[in-house]
Amino acid sequence: MNNQILLILGMMLVTYIPRLLPFIMASEKKLPVKLNKFLQFIPYTALGALIIPEVFSAIPEMPLASLLGIGFSFVYGWYKGGIIIPVLGSILVSFLTLLMYNSFVF
Amino acid sequence: MKCSFKDGVIDSIPIVIGFVPIAMTFGILAKNADITMFHCILFSVLVFAGASQFIALNLILLGAGIGEIVLTTFLVNFRHFLMSASLTTKITKDMKKWSPFIAFGITDEVFSVASFKKGTLTKQYIISLELLAYSAWVSGTVLGYLVGGILPKIIKASMGIALYAMFVAILIPEAKKSIKPIILAGLSGIINSICIYFLTLPQGWSIVISIVLTSFIGLFLFKEEEEAVYE
Repeated sequence: MNNQILLILGMMLVTYIPRLLPFIMASEKKLPVKLNKFLQFIPYTALGALIIPEVFSAIPEMPLASLLGIGFSFVYGWYKGGIIIPVLGSILVSFLTLLMYNSFVF
Repeated sequence: MKCSFKDGVIDSIPIVIGFVPIAMTFGILAKNADITMFHCILFSVLVFAGASQFIALNLILLGAGIGEIVLTTFLVNFRHFLMSASLTTKITKDMKKWSPFIAFGITDEVFSVASFKKGTLTKQYIISLELLAYSAWVSGTVLGYLVGGILPKIIKASMGIALYAMFVAILIPEAKKSIKPIILAGLSGIINSICIYFLTLPQGWSIVISIVLTSFIGLFLFKEEEEAVYE
């Protein structure tokens, strides 16, 4: 199907161009202070919007499992830090929570 | 301290763990939607943007036209424009030449990991981070298409938490250092929730609005500070 190739190419262009444009526009010149600050806030504001509210439906079958999993990442991250253990631990906690509920249909 | 190739490999691990099951799901759904294996893989190889690929599958099944799907993809992925723009503030000279490649791999996950990385970003770091994330995405797609439901549903469901757990784990150490990340991320999450639950915006715009609006509000909230967020 040629149509699908066309679709995929179209999707590629509209995804890639916005990702590329800022790199092309970036210059050696120093950015205005305000704009620079605005850009440096983005990692925080992006993370906030990526996490909330979707995290509550990360496991649509059972929101409690998402909640407990994320809770682990939060608590472990707070006291010990790191990324890999919080991630693996969250998966395990969610897995155990799901397992304990027999009502979950597999 | 400069981030090495090895740092990129290590930091890609949580992304890889999160990507494989999602990409496998994409492969399975694409197969169920009667998309050939070639086209299915091409989606992941050329587009490399999770949410929009799933939405495209849905729209194909609904019989939507190419124009509609491409427009939706643009809206859904436009947030990466903001992320790329933010990342350029950390770009060094030696990365400039590689920016066409680096730009291709800017997903939510790569951006989050790279922008909170301490030390000077290098092309070795970003490219290894992206390459592994990309490989996980593409091979997960192939695997899903070929072997379908090899992962038990309960394992796949619990792995759905991985990327969110990663986002939280990235944010927590920042939140311990100062109140600013908590306010910015929290406010952005609230605005995003309001957009999603109360306003009927085209898909993808709620996150763009949350990022722009909250970062803008941040300029007023954190006016007096002189130093930059990053050392």
